[in-house]
Amino acid sequence: MRPKKHGVANFFKALPKNIFSGFVVSLIALPLGLGLAMASEAPPIAGIIAAVVGGLLVSILGGSHVTITGPGNGLVGVLLVAITTLGLEGAYAAIICSGALLIILGFLRMGKLANFFPSSAIQGMLAAIGLIILGKQFHIMMGNKLVMNGSIDYLLAIPNTVKNAFFYQDKGLTYAAIAGVFSLAIMFFYARIRHKYLRLIPAPMWIVLISIGFSYYFELIVKKPHPIDPNYMISGIPTANEIVSQLPIPDFSFMGDLPFWTSVLALTLIASIESLLSIKAVDNLDPQKRRSNVNRDLKALGLATIGSGLIGGLNVVTVIARSSVNVNNGGTNRSANFSHAVFLVIFIVLFSTQLTRIPLPALMAILVYTGYKLASPALIRKIFSVGKEQLIIFFTTLLVTLFVDLISGIVAGVVITFVIHLFINRSFSLFFRNVMKPNVLMFQEGHSDGNYYVSVKHFCTFLNFYKLKEKLDDIPENEDVVVDFSMCEFVDHTVMENLSGYQDLFLKRDGHFEVIGLDLHETDSKHPFALRRLIPGLGLLQNNLTKRQTTLQEIADDYNIHYEAEKTQNAHFLDSFLFFKTKQIEAVYNRLYNTENTFRLFDINYSEGELIAKENVKTTMLHIKLNRQVPEFTLDREGFLERVYAFAGFKDIPIANHRDFSKRFYLLGESTAYIQSFFDDELVHFFESNPYYHVESNGTSLLVFSKERVAGIKEIKALYDFGKRLGKVIQETFD
Amino acid sequence: MNNNQFKIVGIGVAFSPNLKANLYEAARLSLLFGSRLLLIHVGEASEEKKRTIDEILKPFIEKQLDFEIVFQPGDPVEVILKTVLTKRVDLLILGALKQENFLKYYVGSIARKITRKALCSVLLLIKPSIERIPCKHVVVNGLKDDRTKHAITAAFFVANALKSEQLTIVEEITQQEISIKVNDNKSLRKANLMKEKLKRREDLRIQQILTEIPEEQKVQISVKTQPIFGTRGYSIGHYAQVARADLLVMNAPGKVGFWDRLFPHDIEHILTELPTDVLIVQ
Repeated sequence: MRPKKHGVANFFKALPKNIFSGFVVSLIALPLGLGLAMASEAPPIAGIIAAVVGGLLVSILGGSHVTITGPGNGLVGVLLVAITTLGLEGAYAAIICSGALLIILGFLRMGKLANFFPSSAIQGMLAAIGLIILGKQFHIMMGNKLVMNGSIDYLLAIPNTVKNAFFYQDKGLTYAAIAGVFSLAIMFFYARIRHKYLRLIPAPMWIVLISIGFSYYFELIVKKPHPIDPNYMISGIPTANEIVSQLPIPDFSFMGDLPFWTSVLALTLIASIESLLSIKAVDNLDPQKRRSNVNRDLKALGLATIGSGLIGGLNVVTVIARSSVNVNNGGTNRSANFSHAVFLVIFIVLFSTQLTRIPLPALMAILVYTGYKLASPALIRKIFSVGKEQLIIFFTTLLVTLFVDLISGIVAGVVITFVIHLFINRSFSLFFRNVMKPNVLMFQEGHSDGNYYVSVKHFCTFLNFYKLKEKLDDIPENEDVVVDFSMCEFVDHTVMENLSGYQDLFLKRDGHFEVIGLDLHETDSKHPFALRRLIPGLGLLQNNLTKRQTTLQEIADDYNIHYEAEKTQNAHFLDSFLFFKTKQIEAVYNRLYNTENTFRLFDINYSEGELIAKENVKTTMLHIKLNRQVPEFTLDREGFLERVYAFAGFKDIPIANHRDFSKRFYLLGESTAYIQSFFDDELVHFFESNPYYHVESNGTSLLVFSKERVAGIKEIKALYDFGKRLGKVIQETFD
Repeated sequence: MNNNQFKIVGIGVAFSPNLKANLYEAARLSLLFGSRLLLIHVGEASEEKKRTIDEILKPFIEKQLDFEIVFQPGDPVEVILKTVLTKRVDLLILGALKQENFLKYYVGSIARKITRKALCSVLLLIKPSIERIPCKHVVVNGLKDDRTKHAITAAFFVANALKSEQLTIVEEITQQEISIKVNDNKSLRKANLMKEKLKRREDLRIQQILTEIPEEQKVQISVKTQPIFGTRGYSIGHYAQVARADLLVMNAPGKVGFWDRLFPHDIEHILTELPTDVLIVQ
């Protein structure tokens, strides 16, 4: 009984944080919802309806914790086809049917569905969707509405549109293009600017706010009509009353037709894949390390899709970008998703007329950026680094999707992957004879508390990965696991990628996940390259040191410490810091460390968020290992933002007799009394009389850094000095 | 030493390149078990054949090997099965085939038919050799089955006769028994608790069987139990391979008649993919 009670109390304690996070998410969801719906040629409000219905239903019925649901970018292509062939009412009928199929998938426990597709094929499909979105919306962004046949035509017309944009006769179109390009620039450069207050509002919302402000500027101050062509303004946003009174009636008359069912199938397939991939990715970000119930989520999404389709909304899927924003803003449970929906309703009720002040190109710029992110060159480079054959799979899927359609694309991807596997192994029987065999053995070595041993036989590819996955999912993530491939003749990229995902997951949750038996493959000529070579590890040796690096080397010599420029993957000493709970560490490099490895200064590259909300940050940090136990705390300078956070449920711990300290610093932690006794006069004076740094403790070590950018030489010296003295003060406090 | 379950050991003799190795293995086992060796040749009797066999078995004859040769023309499967019945053979030794280029073994079609129909225990050898390869590790199944006790007793007998060092009793727990599907943290926790419970239950059952094994058979060997979760029949083979066992002892497949062979049977999995030497105890 006790844990339950605890749960309710925790829920209410975390509620303010979640409402805050839901608010931030709704700031993104609003423009994205409008844009995605318009890109699918549905009425703009359809996207908002999907987000609202999704948020309300899935948050109550779903099985995941920090995900956000709403209209998905993957579905734009399919919805576009559905709406053009079936008409809007017919498309709503297809959406409702796909919702029903999703529920069935949930009941059939097909949460493992996404594992049946090779990951390069899925990447190819997503990239194709990205290009479809980018291709179509780019023209609108540049003030050049086009109607063409295939997605390829749109892409090919891009250079022409860019050229023509400089010669518009109509001033209104030129302004439209300027608004579009300006918005795109905001999307691109937002991630670079790490200003606290600017970052309070997500990039898409800045675009909305600037657009609306601009429009008012013309109306109220300049008193001239808006310079952008009225055709390029959002139109047809109904008021809340109109939405309720003008419910569309889904048209099921196409149900006998083949195109209808192709659409339903495509919608279901993409919706489930997008949702499942997102849930998996978001689970990795969850600071509370929970496991989502995917099948329950599928059912909830299906029900939400039916509901959304009935009142004129799009498919509801789990969306990765918005979910990661949620995690980054402190969302901890489903109430964030719920409140995001509530805020959307509030926006529509209060401001629906304001939305017509947004220029279409500005909104489309958000989508162009989304499309670009899905098909970015960095992604292709990454796939190429895995192996040439993955590139073949990727491009086959991409091109077939672009030229034919989504279903053919993913089928082609699966087929080409299988053909490549046959070709590489030169054996059909390896797959044919063994595909049905239960090829995975798992047991716990010794009795209880021994480590788990998983042995895989024959082959392990996307065809039978689900069997391995089933076993791996049965293991609590804080256990030790050894996966042995020594009896497995062939392991493909999909499996390796998924395993490395497991590896991260287990490490994050205090477990250990090891893959063994693949070194044997190296000597075996039957198995060429990357398909089983890709065990994560960044081995880029930098022989060529930059000026900063040589200076670092000099500092190291000067201070009598060691210096290493190479990237190291062993960044797990950082995992237990609160700061990294929602962040992925990409690499640690340029390390300065003492012989005992208790004092480490390093550059670090980490990312937060996913897709359009993904941001890469490079910064310099200092890690000090203490020789005694200290309380876990986070200390930062107090600012406006912190007061906002405090309002949202984070508590600043006051230190008695040090009003100045409490006013200037923002101190966080679980055990208030322990922290208060830890911050004695000497320590407080130390912090008061030294420059500001963000200082965090995980109980046994300290993490110190100042800015979210790489430090210069002078700053490194200052940081080094600060750390040295801080370590000394803390050490002495106890002695 | 009167608990010998295998009083008469039979082996099919074909004059193939493997003849010497097969005979050596059979003769060695017969000596170790203290059994009588019955050589079954499907074909006409001839002095020459007899002489060849005598020649090969010479070193064992010196050690007082008790053996007999049966010549009987006809269909190999029928002849062997019939002889097994009439001569009351307790253990039939069959050789397995090696898959080309791979270190994989499977049971040929004739041997497979015999294995399915034989009413005696069957020993499938993956690589008969002239030199004796020590059998260090015996794995035996601990299924919840009436025959399991018999199989474990046999395993102890063989392990003692072959002077094995280790004997592992594998408790296979099928996925179906864990009725809880893992969805999230809560169900995962429940499923793991259930697994623990099942493990304890199985372990208790095995310990019960172990108490009935005579002490003198247990002293020389380190006995271990290992619960595994997987498909019945198949996973134990996989385990034997992983644990680098030298001999896998299994229950004979249930019921007379094999009309349900269409659905992969416990033994069928093993026959297509022999992990080690396999002893099927009838």
